[in-house]
Amino acid sequence: MKLTLKIWRQKNCKEKGKFVTYAADNVDPEMSMLECLDVLNESLIERGEEPVAFEHDCREGICGSCGFMINGVAHGPERATTVCQLTMRHFKDGEALVIEPWRALAFPLIKDLVVDRGAFDHIIEAGGYISVSTGHAPDGNTLLVGKDTADQAMDAASCIGCGACVAACPNASAALFTGAKIAHLGTLPQGAPERDRRALRMVAQMNAEAFGNCTSIGECTGVCPKEIKLGVIASMNRDYLCASWKKREDTPVDIVPVVEMTAKG
Amino acid sequence: MARTAEGLETAIHKIRALREEYWQNVTVPGSGDDLNQSLEKAGRVADFFELAELMCIDARDRNESCGGHFREEYQTPDGEAQRDDQNYSYVAAWSYRGPDAPPELIKEALEFQYVHPSQRSYK
Repeated sequence: MKLTLKIWRQKNCKEKGKFVTYAADNVDPEMSMLECLDVLNESLIERGEEPVAFEHDCREGICGSCGFMINGVAHGPERATTVCQLTMRHFKDGEALVIEPWRALAFPLIKDLVVDRGAFDHIIEAGGYISVSTGHAPDGNTLLVGKDTADQAMDAASCIGCGACVAACPNASAALFTGAKIAHLGTLPQGAPERDRRALRMVAQMNAEAFGNCTSIGECTGVCPKEIKLGVIASMNRDYLCASWKKREDTPVDIVPVVEMTAKG
Repeated sequence: MARTAEGLETAIHKIRALREEYWQNVTVPGSGDDLNQSLEKAGRVADFFELAELMCIDARDRNESCGGHFREEYQTPDGEAQRDDQNYSYVAAWSYRGPDAPPELIKEALEFQYVHPSQRSYK
């Protein structure tokens, strides 16, 4: 099949970008969207031009590296897929595809289709870490978790942090991402002790980054390759509200590993 | 998979020729000033040449058969791996000494307290 690809080309964040039109004449319907770009890039390199920069890693929809807009829709027209899982048979022969990077103030452009999603990392970091040795894994039956709770946590945990939710949101809000992370850790009993603190800190970090606010539009969940439910935002708001209401100003103390006492003390 | 000293020697020569050709003729689009994914890939290929050569050098140096390393010259009459724990009971760590100098072998001894390596037959 033949396609026309209008791709956003931008050398770096300082120079201006523009759409460049490429003819993709030999597209196999079984190719993924990324393989289509691979083939285009091969031909660009042979012509002595710079290939289109785009992020990719696992190519099976679990790493969260890839992602760009196709005809204005994050990850393209198919539901619950990343661009690496999107096969070309979903497009019509002769179709023109407009391909551009995630557009959000919090995601500054690095090159072509590659943006800096470091703001997501900052939110994750704000959630805190466990850095204390807890010994052997406890017996699974000592801490019972109901199936519905486990499923809820697992659904939230399936967020791959690709950034499609932010790119799709007219406000460029990171509420779905942050909500997924907060719900994933706070739902389970193991994450319960830090539940309040985590919600307060991650929401504060989300607000500090250049994201907009959530106005419950729901485009985020529509484009999410992992179909994270809008409910995680409600869950985040609940955790944040409860934590603020309890006025727990329990600024966490840095946890240092316990050093075994020597014979001398 | 089986290896011979002669085969490994051929491989080393071929890898060196390919590596030389790579450094003379490689085409990398773009520059090093911005993000350049082609440059990243080229760097990985350069690493693979070094790794491939070292794997062959190490395999040629280990004159025994042991585990996944099967040298055709070192086999028992019924075709099993012929170990030589007298001379090769060590982990080989190689120190890089530049592109033209041969790497230096640093032997890290293996000590077995309870289970000792022995000749086995899976027949």
